Amino acid sequence: MTFEHIKQILKTKTVGIAGCGGLGSNCAVALARVGVGRLVIADFDLVQEGNLNRQFYFYDQIGMLKVAALKQNLFRINPDVRVNTFDIRLCQSDIIEIYSKCDVIVEAFDKPEMKYMILDAVHHYLPDKFLVMGVGMAGWGDNNLIKSRKSDKLIICGDELNAIAADCPPLAPRVGVVANMQANAVLEILLGTNEYQIHTEN
Amino acid sequence: MKIILNNKEEAFEGDQLTINELLQAKNFTFKMLVIKVNNQIVKKTEYDLALVKNGDDVMVLHLISGG
Repeated sequence: MTFEHIKQILKTKTVGIAGCGGLGSNCAVALARVGVGRLVIADFDLVQEGNLNRQFYFYDQIGMLKVAALKQNLFRINPDVRVNTFDIRLCQSDIIEIYSKCDVIVEAFDKPEMKYMILDAVHHYLPDKFLVMGVGMAGWGDNNLIKSRKSDKLIICGDELNAIAADCPPLAPRVGVVANMQANAVLEILLGTNEYQIHTEN
Repeated sequence: MKIILNNKEEAFEGDQLTINELLQAKNFTFKMLVIKVNNQIVKKTEYDLALVKNGDDVMVLHLISGG
């Protein structure tokens, strides 16, 4: 598929992103760059200086709502992308309402309780939707621990191992790897498997 | 019995296990777990009752902080 063909397909698609921190902001940027038509982004938080070690915001955006700052940044990359912003702390009923028209939903929360909440909501109330989760990306190094796996319409990206701790902070490289892995999984759902992918026989 | 656990075939003694017995056998002691058996989420309150049987497809996902 040429990039022109890819863009033709993607511009008709809507991707929901739940959370605009390290995973959500970087995943949204990747999807805007390749030309996904509409992004539905939600976060209640403000940009803080401590976010800049991994999240796609700039120093002069400190204090702005993350959804507003991210929308600004996405437009600077691709003025054709349509962005719906929700400045709220998402609960199950919000998720069902906001993301019911999306082709794919990206889970980009930081807290495990929130990850559970969206998984449960999508599984029970939006069972036809693909959900792409990020689980385990704190720290640095260990490239080869980061992986993805699939269980029906649920895709899990990350090392499933490294939680955030005082001595294991989330940092741009690993968070970016997982965020872009999530964006890559979204493309595979929207475009199908790469026709030129090499399949090795075992 | 043989089950698929996180995409890998694994063998266990006996014909069936409760979810809690399976977690014990595998030494999974995490707090925020999601368990799917044949693509259905099993509620935490059912871990003592819900059974895993020969041929079942089981996903155990440990939700951890970071995002």
